[in-house]
Amino acid sequence: MTSRLTDAELVALCRKGDEAAWAELVERFSRYVYAIAVQGFRLSDQDAEDVFQEVFTRTYERLHLLREDAAVRPWLAQLTRNLCVDKLRDRARVEPSEDLERGADETLAELDLALTVREALEALGEPCSDLLDRFFCRDESYRTIGEELDLPSGTIASRISRCLVKLRGQFEGRNDGADPSGGR
Amino acid sequence: MSESAWSEERLAALLHMMKPAPRGWVDAAAQLPRLRAVLDDLVERAETDAAFRAAVIADLEAAVAREGLEPTDRALRELRTRLSK
Repeated sequence: MTSRLTDAELVALCRKGDEAAWAELVERFSRYVYAIAVQGFRLSDQDAEDVFQEVFTRTYERLHLLREDAAVRPWLAQLTRNLCVDKLRDRARVEPSEDLERGADETLAELDLALTVREALEALGEPCSDLLDRFFCRDESYRTIGEELDLPSGTIASRISRCLVKLRGQFEGRNDGADPSGGR
Repeated sequence: MSESAWSEERLAALLHMMKPAPRGWVDAAAQLPRLRAVLDDLVERAETDAAFRAAVIADLEAAVAREGLEPTDRALRELRTRLSK
């Protein structure tokens, strides 16, 4: 369900009440929001689900407040971050420690980069996007992927390797501020 | 930024961070527009029809399910809140 719409185009359609666009916006950012809650703030499944649903509920209700449609990504990140901090505060009845927030912010910077890589993966198209997603994001084994795609495990391994090289090619020569070393 | 910094290993590690959210969470969030429309309709009818309102309050879960929606905790909580206003 991934179109080539930009974030800004997608947000503009959502604002017009396009339900398919909304579903796509949720799909596009679901991993990012989930990762911030679970990896950034180490929330439990229950708390992460609460935050996840609250993030998208508030986004749906307040999309008209977004000043710049293209800024939906940092807006979502900040909203998720704030709701995670609130959740931790509610749970512990104390302020989350500075160490925890600092650690979370470092993870968030890494996740921002990870989402950029993910977008580049989507742009690669099939079969690479599916293969790399299965292996690296869904943790499927060569054998499982091979059975699904009716290919030998060795073929899967070599295709994954080739797809990674293609993905790397998407980044070489880029100068858009994304820094693979973790900074921006 | 050096080109070699985008090594296959680094890309693999970054991809590994983007695990899919549970399908049920994504589906629930994607259905928000429909949820809102159904709840708006239920609340509007409840405001003008006391018998309908009583039936909905008596069994929120069934009322939501009858509209073709999954009666999730969130949906029921929102309906309960809106009916109590």
